[in-house]
Amino acid sequence: MAVAKLEQLSQSVVQDPSMATGAVPAMDWMDIPVTFKPGNYAYPAKKDKVEYLDSQKGLHFPNAREWSPEDDDWKLPENWKEIIIDGLGERLEKFRSLKIFMDCCVRCGACADKCHFYLGTGDPKNMPVLRAELLRSVYRNDFTLAGKILGKMAGGREMTVGVLKEWFMYSYQCTECRRCSVFCPYGIDTAEVTMMLRELLHLVGIGINWILEPVSNSNRTGNHMGLQPHTFKDNVDFLAEDVENLTGIKIEPTFNRKGAEILFITPSADVFAEPGLYTAMGYLILFEHIGIDYTWSTYASEGGNFGLFTNNEAMKKLNAKMYAEAERLGVKFIIGGECGHMWRVLHQYMDTMNGPADFLELPRSPLTGTIFENAASTKMVHISEFTADLIKHGKLNLDKSRNSHVKATYHDSCNPARAMGLMDEPRYILDHVVDWVEMPENTIREQTFCCGSGTGLNTDEIMELRMRSGLPRANAVKYVEDKHGVNMLSCVCAIDRATLTSLMDYWNPNVGVCGITELVGNAIVLEGETRGELDEGLRTMVF
Amino acid sequence: MKYGLPLVAVIGLILIAWLGSMIPGMQYFFGVAVPYLAVMVFLGGFVYRVVQWGKSPVPFSIQTTCGQAKSLDFVKHNRLESPHTTSEVVARMALEILTFRSLFRNTKSELHDGPKITYESSKWLWLFALVFHYSFLVIVIRHMRLFLNPVPDFIVWLDWADSMFEIGTPALYLTDAGLLIGLIYLFTRRFTNRQVRYISLSSDYFPLLLLIAIGVTGVLMRMFLRAGIDIAAIKQLGVGLVTFSPTITTDIGSIFYIHLFLVCALLVYFPFSKLMHLGGVFLSPTRNMKNDTRQVRHINPWNPDIKVHAYSAYEDEFREFMVDAGIPVEKEPEPEEEAPAEAPA
Ligand code: HEM
Ligand code: SF4
Ligand code: SF4
Repeated sequence: MAVAKLEQLSQSVVQDPSMATGAVPAMDWMDIPVTFKPGNYAYPAKKDKVEYLDSQKGLHFPNAREWSPEDDDWKLPENWKEIIIDGLGERLEKFRSLKIFMDCCVRCGACADKCHFYLGTGDPKNMPVLRAELLRSVYRNDFTLAGKILGKMAGGREMTVGVLKEWFMYSYQCTECRRCSVFCPYGIDTAEVTMMLRELLHLVGIGINWILEPVSNSNRTGNHMGLQPHTFKDNVDFLAEDVENLTGIKIEPTFNRKGAEILFITPSADVFAEPGLYTAMGYLILFEHIGIDYTWSTYASEGGNFGLFTNNEAMKKLNAKMYAEAERLGVKFIIGGECGHMWRVLHQYMDTMNGPADFLELPRSPLTGTIFENAASTKMVHISEFTADLIKHGKLNLDKSRNSHVKATYHDSCNPARAMGLMDEPRYILDHVVDWVEMPENTIREQTFCCGSGTGLNTDEIMELRMRSGLPRANAVKYVEDKHGVNMLSCVCAIDRATLTSLMDYWNPNVGVCGITELVGNAIVLEGETRGELDEGLRTMVF
Repeated sequence: MKYGLPLVAVIGLILIAWLGSMIPGMQYFFGVAVPYLAVMVFLGGFVYRVVQWGKSPVPFSIQTTCGQAKSLDFVKHNRLESPHTTSEVVARMALEILTFRSLFRNTKSELHDGPKITYESSKWLWLFALVFHYSFLVIVIRHMRLFLNPVPDFIVWLDWADSMFEIGTPALYLTDAGLLIGLIYLFTRRFTNRQVRYISLSSDYFPLLLLIAIGVTGVLMRMFLRAGIDIAAIKQLGVGLVTFSPTITTDIGSIFYIHLFLVCALLVYFPFSKLMHLGGVFLSPTRNMKNDTRQVRHINPWNPDIKVHAYSAYEDEFREFMVDAGIPVEKEPEPEEEAPAEAPA
């Protein structure tokens, strides 16, 4: 799908009649059907991937088939409606959040213009409140007294194939970023609603390939990319060679090594593609510099968890590898690399789902002796926490001038900011390794804007949609680029490193994207190094 | 359309009470039977709804963190926006409920050529929502003087403070003005803000119109239609109602019955509507949970039993590759299988 030219899209966002530009649709939203055309939907999951997942113990991904959202007939099971309504009833019993969020919205509209999808597309159904109403209307109709008696007058509507299609459209135009929930007076989190919608859709076989393929890869090979053990090791070894070429220091990472003190897990994307590769080089340099006893794992070779974007069961099954591997190898605790949704799972779900991790020990930095009380139960420490503590105790030999080619700004990834409260550790690190500035205050910290392509929407066939939904983030970067000459957007998320790169290439082509640990790695002065002038830090090509 | 029906409904309610209360003998129905019924439905319905919510567990700790979490000693913890202890959660909730903290954050975004997006602070909704809610609260408390004998001191005091400005005779209550101003703002906003108008349902207009009607009839009764209003008789009824010995005199004007009937309608409507946000705001998991999930394990009562794709199955599938690549394995491969295995480049 060709993406609109920059000038066209720039004009379209501001001038085309849309809710966001001041035009109000003549029809009530309930009367506007969805139409699928190339570019506005992500491709459905491939049949064999769905079949594989459905065959796995504990998972339920029925109705594998070839289908297209553009077809009238989605080949749903005959009793699809019953499945959906029963599924909704079951989830209402299981999640208090869902009940509260269904019942308490006053439609004050405070959340309406807080969503990047709404700002970029102007589609009223992308206002978080309407996204939730897509489900709430059905909930009212089938589960509330007022709705059963008054029907449409009470805002209820019957579940139809049209509604189902609408759910598919708009639950895949939400990145579960939770920005709306910051502004809602009752903390209504539309991300929860989106999760429920996606779970319900999977019950009748509606899901997208960009999510289900990584989920099935991760189950089988240990990582989203589908890297088999030897390939995963090769990739990391290549990065170690690159480090040697740049610094003269030979690093020999180990894999699946029993008896290591620490297990290190990071998103596989970082050992797979630029610019994440440089962040992975940063990890190798950092760990070499401080000399900790750690191992990678090929079996638990994925920090991320696309199961989060499907249903609770898949999330749990994929996540379980981390503890299983930590136990098998007999490590003391786990360090997790930079990633957004990965840390949502680790911080808010892992211990509940797969704990208690009583075979691990209270995380204690081998260098500084700091005990990470905040991870006392999960036994998993964020690399930024670990690094900030090292810097505080003067354990890193840093030469900030090595990053003098960089003028950075910092993107708070949605999940670390809004589901973890990890905001100042990365900033503390940045202060010590690079010259950097903040973006405007309504676009950072808890108010940060999503990259626009999270929750498995980082797929090329919806590129224009992604460029639109990423606009609020890109626009804030543009502001600091113009004002302060920023040329690098730093972040602590592997998905961001991929998605923000496309976003910057489109909106702000002079701004690059990097992980925090890339900047740390580049600033570290290794003992015995033979490093020359590296104009572009770890990105410098040396032959 | 969306506001037409609610308007008709409110007018209908007014007519029912007005005409009904003029039928001899019906005063007892409107003054005693309906209020009892309404209070029963309200209390029963409210408890039912809260119990229904309470029945569903909170499987995961999904707090929305709006500030720095408690982590390393030298990183400043934002105790209100990312609470780590129960008392910090209580403080966060108090701010939410007493000051509408989250609404205070509100911004208004605009698209400009460039494209350029701006976010401007926008606190009107916060301000008028606060004015409305506090006025409503004070009015409810002030009304207790009609049901309690003797009237507690703090209600007498509140009454005095509220009518301090002595505008008109009898003095206009500040909260009466506040309630109506707040409601009119909320209604106008719902009507004119294009986004809010588009999302509004009949069930959003109805409570606003009903409350406006309650406020207006109340003010009319106090300020203008004094003739039919015998405060002593009303108080006698009020005290009678709460002591389960209601007596009714015939000389109370229709305006009182209209006001009372509308309040009863609000009570009956309350538990089955979005007004239940009064209860829900206390139970919202994104706000009322501690951000300590890596430190203290949160329990999910229905945690499903799902087994991991076992390491042994993984090693069985990839053993040869692993051995060739020098990755340690649990089980050495059978000798004859070793020969053909070759790692692809
Ligand atoms: C005594 C308890 C409460 C009552 C009777 C009450 C009643 C109402 C009513 C009638 C509305 C008007 C809805 C509309 O605009 O259509 C409303 C709106 C609202 N209430 Fe409450 N409420 C109560 C408690 C709270 C609390 C504790 C909060 C704090 C979070 C709150 C926050 C709001 C907000 C933000 C609105 C939005 C105004 C709007 O609709 O534009 N309310 N409430
Ligand atoms: S901010 Fe909350 S209450 Fe207001 S419309 Fe959005 S979800 Fe509903
Ligand atoms: S979670 Fe994010 S993407 Fe989803 S509705 Fe809310 S603001 Fe929009």
